[in-house]
Amino acid sequence: MAVSLDLLMNAVISGLLLGGFYAAVSVGVAISFGMLDVVNIAHPAFILLGSYVAFIGNTVFGIDPILAATILLPAFYLLGMALYQVYYVAFERRDDQSLRGLSFFFGVLFITEVTLVLIFGVDYRTVQAPYIGPSLNLGLFNLPLRLLVPFLVSMVMVVGLQIFLSRTFVGRAVQAVAQDQQALRLMAANPTKIKRIAFGLSIATASLAGACLIIIQPVEPSIGREYIGRIFAICVLGGLGSFPGMVIAAMTLGIAESLTATFFGPSWAPAVSFGILLVTLAVRPSGILGR
Amino acid sequence: MTALLEVAGLGKRFGGFVALESIDLEVQQGERLGLIGPNGSGKSTLVNCICGTLRNESGSVRFAEEALDGLSAHERTRRGLARSFQLPRPFASLSLAENIRIPILYTVNARATGHLGRAAIDARCLELLGQVGLAAKAGRRPRDLTQIEMRKLELARAMAAEPKLLIADEAMAGLSHAEVDEIIALLIRLNAEGVTVIMIEHIMRAVMEFSQRLAVLVAGRKIADGPPQDVVRDPEVVRAYLGE
Amino acid sequence: MASLVASGAAPGLRGVPFTLALIAVAVAIFAFGRWLDSSYAFFIGYVVVQYIVLGTAWNILGGYTGYVNFGITAFFAIGAYSTVALHKLVPTLPLPAMIVVSGVLAGLVGLGTGYLTLRLRGVFFSIATLALAVVVQTLITNWDFVGGARGAYVLRPKVAPLIGGEYVQYLFLLMLGMCVIVLATARGIERSSLGYGFAAIRDDEGAAEASGVPTLKLKLIATTLSGGFMGMAGAPLPFYVTYLDPASGFSLNYAVNAIAMPLIGGTGSWLGPVVGAVLVGGLQEYLRVTISSAVNVLVAGVLMVAFVIAAPQGIVGLFQRKR
Repeated sequence: MAVSLDLLMNAVISGLLLGGFYAAVSVGVAISFGMLDVVNIAHPAFILLGSYVAFIGNTVFGIDPILAATILLPAFYLLGMALYQVYYVAFERRDDQSLRGLSFFFGVLFITEVTLVLIFGVDYRTVQAPYIGPSLNLGLFNLPLRLLVPFLVSMVMVVGLQIFLSRTFVGRAVQAVAQDQQALRLMAANPTKIKRIAFGLSIATASLAGACLIIIQPVEPSIGREYIGRIFAICVLGGLGSFPGMVIAAMTLGIAESLTATFFGPSWAPAVSFGILLVTLAVRPSGILGR
Repeated sequence: MTALLEVAGLGKRFGGFVALESIDLEVQQGERLGLIGPNGSGKSTLVNCICGTLRNESGSVRFAEEALDGLSAHERTRRGLARSFQLPRPFASLSLAENIRIPILYTVNARATGHLGRAAIDARCLELLGQVGLAAKAGRRPRDLTQIEMRKLELARAMAAEPKLLIADEAMAGLSHAEVDEIIALLIRLNAEGVTVIMIEHIMRAVMEFSQRLAVLVAGRKIADGPPQDVVRDPEVVRAYLGE
Repeated sequence: MASLVASGAAPGLRGVPFTLALIAVAVAIFAFGRWLDSSYAFFIGYVVVQYIVLGTAWNILGGYTGYVNFGITAFFAIGAYSTVALHKLVPTLPLPAMIVVSGVLAGLVGLGTGYLTLRLRGVFFSIATLALAVVVQTLITNWDFVGGARGAYVLRPKVAPLIGGEYVQYLFLLMLGMCVIVLATARGIERSSLGYGFAAIRDDEGAAEASGVPTLKLKLIATTLSGGFMGMAGAPLPFYVTYLDPASGFSLNYAVNAIAMPLIGGTGSWLGPVVGAVLVGGLQEYLRVTISSAVNVLVAGVLMVAFVIAAPQGIVGLFQRKR
């Protein structure tokens, strides 16, 4: 009995830490889809890009993966802005059907994945860092540092973004653009420019999220697809446009997956998020705290 | 005689915002009802609730002595309730004739009262387009139309469903004097053929000319309902809407 | 977006005459193949025709109705793995019967998915189909009866039943047959009430509802047909590859190709997926042989993005505009 409880506790703790990481993975889509209504299903590809960037930084230059990702944040930001510009010119401005926009991002996802395969191959890649391996032992609980550090980084990033969105002019403009573009124009802010900035931020988060990912687990190009379901499950469950809801949903998913992996085996974990997504969509599409 | 349309205690909220509060409205068979009110007073919301595009939280809608609650929009259209949209919503990839075809295929042909063959439908499409002066453009796409022509298409599409009750939601906005007359004449002709019409408009001249009865909606409430001459002199109506 | 009215190479040829023309073309192609007597030709031909079926199936829901299905691999694999399971249970069951079963199963899954998600915005439907693909993959990976993660071997018979010759010729023939059925269905839908209903849903679902179109019912029909045909396309796969494992059965290539080919060829008519499959399939094979098999995979994705940005009406649409 005691053994089971121990197992359970650790599964829940791991799930919570994992959930924090999932929040970092999803915050980008919470912005692009939740606020800008851009269905960027290619987001996981950029996370993987972040992972590989961290990988190169770590293996070739010997720097800490999170540091590597932080250094390249501006590059990802610019990439996001460029991507939005293409999307805007090709689709949003033409007021085209969402069919084409979705296909565009699907294509981007695919191209990124295949390109990564061509460059890095399908072998699993990992990074080295002093916190991968050791755990913090707190009596009953075992906190693996390789989960704890990404958790902390993720929380800092998500909270930082929340503060940015609610306290700065640009941040508030981003929140506004989701709701009323006309009012934004009257405030002499260009909605397209604001959206570009927001999308840039969205992709920038992928850089850090990717670094966290490769710390938590070995990475190869196709695992991005698993994350599509996780991300959208979290965003939908949490309610589009709500950061706190998203974080709660992320924790919930993390715990659910962790428990499934512990008691049923890790090969069932991918189905959990998608199962939750399907059920949420069928039952309560507006999510826990959604509008 | 029971009214064709009976709206009783209808209420609709969006989150915390009360869009419609306990609306009671009756429309008799063959009547010409005008519905006016300031922007944002809930006129279009009321139409959406009656037609099933939105679900009302409270109250009920009865049409031809049948409760409509729970029925989807297309089921209501099939039962004879048609509407034109305030902002035209044409089927952009189809020609004008095909735009008209859709309601014929899915309302007229779905009813027990006779199925039209291909040739008959083609003829009917041209006929309807002719009634709104768009027959010459039957093969063109909606993007080739002016705003005004799109409104006419909207109306023609609603007429194609051969409704018992037609709700024209601000169909005349932006039209010239002559065009307004055209539409009024069209709606009166339709009414003479037995179609009950609810006209939602801001153009008072049209409303006064057309309506047998006038209802006024302000901030989600109906504040007046009666003969047009009396309603426009009602001090509350003047204060809330006409006197602006 | 190409209108349903101006639709492709054979304006006016519909219904029975069209189907007969398709059958004639199919017979001619098969006869030509037999005359060539090249194994390679049949193997390639199978792939191209398979993509015509997949692409057309996708297009019924995607191009005609406006709902993007990313879960192609789920339906395709349901077909493939039904065959594996049925083959183990009833080894004497002929392949055509397995194709029918696959189609029915995949169609039911399409119906179920649709029922759960089609009341929502189209975007959520698309995301749900992505979810579906992974769920089905996870389920099958954990199902040992069909080999699970290790994969399953299926013995390809030496000789083709009925027609003799190599078995791959039989597979090609069956795929041609499915192709005729799917194309005839697509063409039949195009100018029918159903097709107009689909187009109305695609253009403006709210206005369609207000015009009397039973949107949910029609969407469910589209999803069921689309999913069913995709399942049928997957049914012969185990015999074609002889070794089927989830990694290859659920390969993203099928999904990208099934979407890219109609988008490149043109989503407005039955002809688009055909043009797309032949051109892109041919190009991919050429690249595979000349450069590498990794690069050819990239082609579909790159072309799809290019066309979606620059030529949304596809190749068929480009030709129609010039008229």
